[in-house]
Amino acid sequence: MKSYVAILKRIFTRDAAADRVVPPTGTTARLTLFSAGAMAFLAVFALALSLAAGRLADRWGEELARTSTIRITAPTEQLSAQTEAALRVLETTPGVAAARALDDEEQRALLEPWFGPDLPVEDLPIPQLIEVTETEDGFDAEGLRLRLAAEVPNAVLDDHTRWRRPMIAAASRLRLMGWVCILLIVGAVGAMITLAANAALAANARVISVLRLVGATDDYIADAFVRRFTLRALTGAGVGTLIGLLAIIALPSIGDTGGVLTGLGFRGMHWVLPLLIPPFAAIVALLATQAAARRVLTELD
Amino acid sequence: MIELENVAYSYGGGELFSEISLKLAPGSFHFLTGPSGAGKTTFLKLCYGALQPTDGQLRLFGADLRDMSRDDVALCRRRIGVVHQDCQFLDHLPVAENVALPLTVSGQDRPEELANLTDLMSWVGLTERANALPPELSGGERQRVALARALIMSPEVILADEPTGNVDWEMSQRLMRLLIELNRMGKTVVIATHDLGLIRATKAHVQSRVLRISNRRMQLAGADL
Repeated sequence: MKSYVAILKRIFTRDAAADRVVPPTGTTARLTLFSAGAMAFLAVFALALSLAAGRLADRWGEELARTSTIRITAPTEQLSAQTEAALRVLETTPGVAAARALDDEEQRALLEPWFGPDLPVEDLPIPQLIEVTETEDGFDAEGLRLRLAAEVPNAVLDDHTRWRRPMIAAASRLRLMGWVCILLIVGAVGAMITLAANAALAANARVISVLRLVGATDDYIADAFVRRFTLRALTGAGVGTLIGLLAIIALPSIGDTGGVLTGLGFRGMHWVLPLLIPPFAAIVALLATQAAARRVLTELD
Repeated sequence: MIELENVAYSYGGGELFSEISLKLAPGSFHFLTGPSGAGKTTFLKLCYGALQPTDGQLRLFGADLRDMSRDDVALCRRRIGVVHQDCQFLDHLPVAENVALPLTVSGQDRPEELANLTDLMSWVGLTERANALPPELSGGERQRVALARALIMSPEVILADEPTGNVDWEMSQRLMRLLIELNRMGKTVVIATHDLGLIRATKAHVQSRVLRISNRRMQLAGADL
């Protein structure tokens, strides 16, 4: 670890004269910059995806675990009586913090996305919904089902687990995929820098032999290349990250109702994470170039 | 400085030379001669650690070459100035920076050292060519740039491989005078050449020994030269 700190120090302090010993290469430089930038841009999105999927999984896990719904389907004239009965049952059920029948306004709001506004809810045989909020410990769903079956035969308890579990699983999987993408991007950056460094070292075999002849150490020669590729990766990834962040900010937002796609972005402290991408890319470049240089230098002599 | 004990070198099975024992003492002046292909260049490469002897022992400044790391060899080369037969430079850097390259790579490119550079450039007559790029130089100029680069670190040993190979008689005399002057300053000099006329012309000015590689052995050539 200490030696890498020393290398980083050398990279940022060595004078310009040392840089000049390796001839400049336009194409390699531009391609390295571009690839590092493109990878950083992708990394920003993969990171945003992971974090958004994580948030979503947490939210579903939190909110949905604490609420259940009771649906009462009955002829209109019996509906209010049965609702009353169900609420009475819920009042005496341990683990229920609150129970509340949704009024017509709320039920209409729920149906509005499908049937449009001004739906005459009163005239339709729509089931009554009761929203149940659980306490920390939760209630015994099976016991409640049995009691409801006895006293309110038309009530159906939905504790959301049926669809909550696959949703949370899907969100967690999405988060995992995001991290896998980031790992692949890191690997691709390493591979790309290794290829570029190998090409640069091979193209400069004559320069390297001249440097060896006049007494340059392997570290000195390797540093000339390591410095170059590290700075290129840092610059390219910096630009790529910046563009990626701007693109994230520019994503159209449709508020809190959005799912994982529209929720893509960073919240609070998470804005710091993408800023770590450029230095991380630089470290990957440093390690890749150093390994390549060490290998090529021992092969050349 | 450089000591060889029963040194042999073989290329892929074929033996180039063997049983070479020699001490290059400080301040000595040696010519190395022999038919082309006899191994003059290989011998010099052994002397600056670019090749490992296949047999025997080679000591550079007291250290066994076999025990030296790549960095040790690099540090040794700062004490040995080498003038190659085919002088290699960094073609993208001007002559002055090529001459100063040993200072640059050893982190000694300080202003007072760079003052030496100006002196050295005028000593080898290259002041006007300081900003030229190596590919623009003539053969003689390249030889002189290579010599200047070999000398910039003020090395203890100078190994020159056919330093007069590409230049006319007058220029080769000038180069030899430079090397003789360096030897008078106490440097150890080894010059590989097949030009016997050059050796004869030089022997009058400096006390030198002539080593001859032939039939895979090294002999001290007699007074017949």
